[in-house]
Amino acid sequence: MKASWVAEKNSVETSLVSGAELFIQGLQNEEVDVLFGYPGGAVLPIYDALYKAEMKHVLTRHEQGAIHAAQGYARVTGKPGVVLATSGPGATNLVTGIADAMIDSIPLVIFTGQVATNVIGTDAFQEADIVGITMPITKHNYQVQRAEDLPRIMKEAFHIANTGRKGPVLIDIPKDVAVKTAEIKETACIHLPGYQPTLKPNILQVKRLNEALLQAKNPVLLTGAGVLAAKAEKELAAFAEYHQIPVAQTLLGLGGFAAEHPLCLGMAGMHGTYAANMALYDCDLLIGVGARFDDRLTGNLDHFAKKAVIAHIDIDPAEIGKNVPTEIPIVGCAKETLSAINQIADEKGDYNDWVIQLSQFKSEYPLTYKTNESELKPQKLMQILHEVTQGGAIVSTDVGQHQMWAAQYYRFSDPNRWITSGGLGTMGFGFPAAIGAKVGKPELPVIAVVGDGGFQMTLQELGVLQDWGLPVIVVIVNNKSLGMVRQWQEIFYEKRFSHSLLDIQPDFVKLASAYGIDGKLAETEDEVKEALTSALASKKPFVLDCIVTADENVYPMIAPGKGLHEMIGVRG
Amino acid sequence: MRRIISATVLNESGVLNRLTGLLTKRQFNIENITVGHTEDPAVSKVTLTVWVEDDRKAEQLVKQLHKQINILKVRDLTNMALVSRELALIKVLTTPDTRSEIKMLIEPFRATVLDVSLENVTLEVTGDSEKIDALIELLRPYGIKEISRTGLTAIPRGTQKKVLELHPYSIM
Repeated sequence: MKASWVAEKNSVETSLVSGAELFIQGLQNEEVDVLFGYPGGAVLPIYDALYKAEMKHVLTRHEQGAIHAAQGYARVTGKPGVVLATSGPGATNLVTGIADAMIDSIPLVIFTGQVATNVIGTDAFQEADIVGITMPITKHNYQVQRAEDLPRIMKEAFHIANTGRKGPVLIDIPKDVAVKTAEIKETACIHLPGYQPTLKPNILQVKRLNEALLQAKNPVLLTGAGVLAAKAEKELAAFAEYHQIPVAQTLLGLGGFAAEHPLCLGMAGMHGTYAANMALYDCDLLIGVGARFDDRLTGNLDHFAKKAVIAHIDIDPAEIGKNVPTEIPIVGCAKETLSAINQIADEKGDYNDWVIQLSQFKSEYPLTYKTNESELKPQKLMQILHEVTQGGAIVSTDVGQHQMWAAQYYRFSDPNRWITSGGLGTMGFGFPAAIGAKVGKPELPVIAVVGDGGFQMTLQELGVLQDWGLPVIVVIVNNKSLGMVRQWQEIFYEKRFSHSLLDIQPDFVKLASAYGIDGKLAETEDEVKEALTSALASKKPFVLDCIVTADENVYPMIAPGKGLHEMIGVRG
Repeated sequence: MRRIISATVLNESGVLNRLTGLLTKRQFNIENITVGHTEDPAVSKVTLTVWVEDDRKAEQLVKQLHKQINILKVRDLTNMALVSRELALIKVLTTPDTRSEIKMLIEPFRATVLDVSLENVTLEVTGDSEKIDALIELLRPYGIKEISRTGLTAIPRGTQKKVLELHPYSIM
């Protein structure tokens, strides 16, 4: 026994390598195929190693662009996005993206440079306590003290980022740690005694849910991003179809259940469909799957699913019972849990009346808007997008009106085609996220639907499109205002449009042209259709500036403090 | 309600910061907190007393702490049979008249005198928080110059009563 152990130990070659080389080896071990980053002083040794290793690296024009691109990449590929930035300002420029990834559970591994260990804590040039700064907005973070720790830390970081409830993990590497050499004797092992996510559900709770289904008359499923993260779309469809349970979706859950499916009620929440919101209001059994009962979804909790038994399937036990008291808690991954339920399914309840009632709601109170021949309606713009791309494109957005219209009218039928900043609501997210998505899924058309406000927050990334010739289509939903702010000011602040109207704008087409990118201004439906069709065919980057009705509002809407049944503007 | 939470954590730099940061982020107010080594040098134990509104909040706190990667185990000790102790150092003003009176007074509390000067004495007392509160109240009329309390540390008793009623909001 002992002899064989010694032999095995000896068989591992010892080698002397630098921290930066260990970093490259770590990336290769994790099969990382691309990094998004921006160089600087503290990461010079790492960038030198990248140069030698010929790793694919997308140089964005701002660190925020790099992290949002990594988020888009992670969203469509299911692999962790990898980000590299320098110390100090490089690291702090990532903070918005880290917080965004944390709240939307996007797996990222972020590497930041740090000043050398002998000057940490002395307010050295470009020093920032990024580990301290990002502690509340990362799933976990590390500062590497010795080069020999790097292989283990990287292995742990990738594991933590992409298992359990996914999220961002940051690794801070002091400059001298990247330079120093270490003798590596054995392959790194993960040692995480405090991290064992529960994947398999408690079968007793699964049986309780099955019993609750038999007793229910009006059950509804509420599905979120957890379904997509677990790749549980098939299990979800099988479950919903077997029992004939209608499905409402969260903003981030779109695509987890086909929009065209007869049981699909669409998106629920503040700008959700009448059918989805009324189903949540009237149901007697609510089954949440990988959704976290966010306040934009539930509205006033005093009116939320008051008649219902709440069952909640989530991989994160802390989400269960956090906002809504839960009778049937099931901790587990959506895929494992739904297949466990599907396995024991035997008897079925009869929900026919309920399904018919909700179908009537769908046909009687669909999403609508007033058409106007002379203007391009933003809702119509989304419908044209869907039509021209046959519903098959990856669509990414910022936050605001254009995001809601895209969610409402681009009827997602496939998983992982929808990238949006949900929890944090980050302006400037959509365009760089689209770049990352295109890098991750070059075979699919990628459309960044952005507002004229949000686009101006990260439009410097047009440089990346020019650089790589990436055929991303940027559709600017241009209402010359910060639409959602304007809408709230119109409804709740007596039309005092305080700093929300952007009358002075750049010429976006000329701006694109300055980057060597084709662009077009579109003011009618025909112009949009024509430009989009030719842009898709050209396989080149394109900027389409769409001038839409400036004072269009997103409806239905639930005012803050109101319940899901108190929607306004239902008939549009 | 007051909850006594015990957490075993990896003995790494930053872990206390992570723990208290989490409590701040989720709006829990720490009444007191103690940290120390355990029988395993790689593991430390944190005992904290917090005020929470209700059981749901308490459960949320335990779950959020449990989510931290370098927190190994979290227990809500509040409803368990436990031994809890706190230590306090109290500096009381004295005059030649009151010195022996104070000595008499502290005897039932098993407090000891650590330091004596012309104007004051410094006492050490150990016990549960209520006992220390009681002694402080008793000494207040003499004039308390300074108090330094360690905060509570606790351990469950070897034998626990059978739990008849449990009301978890969800099962972890």
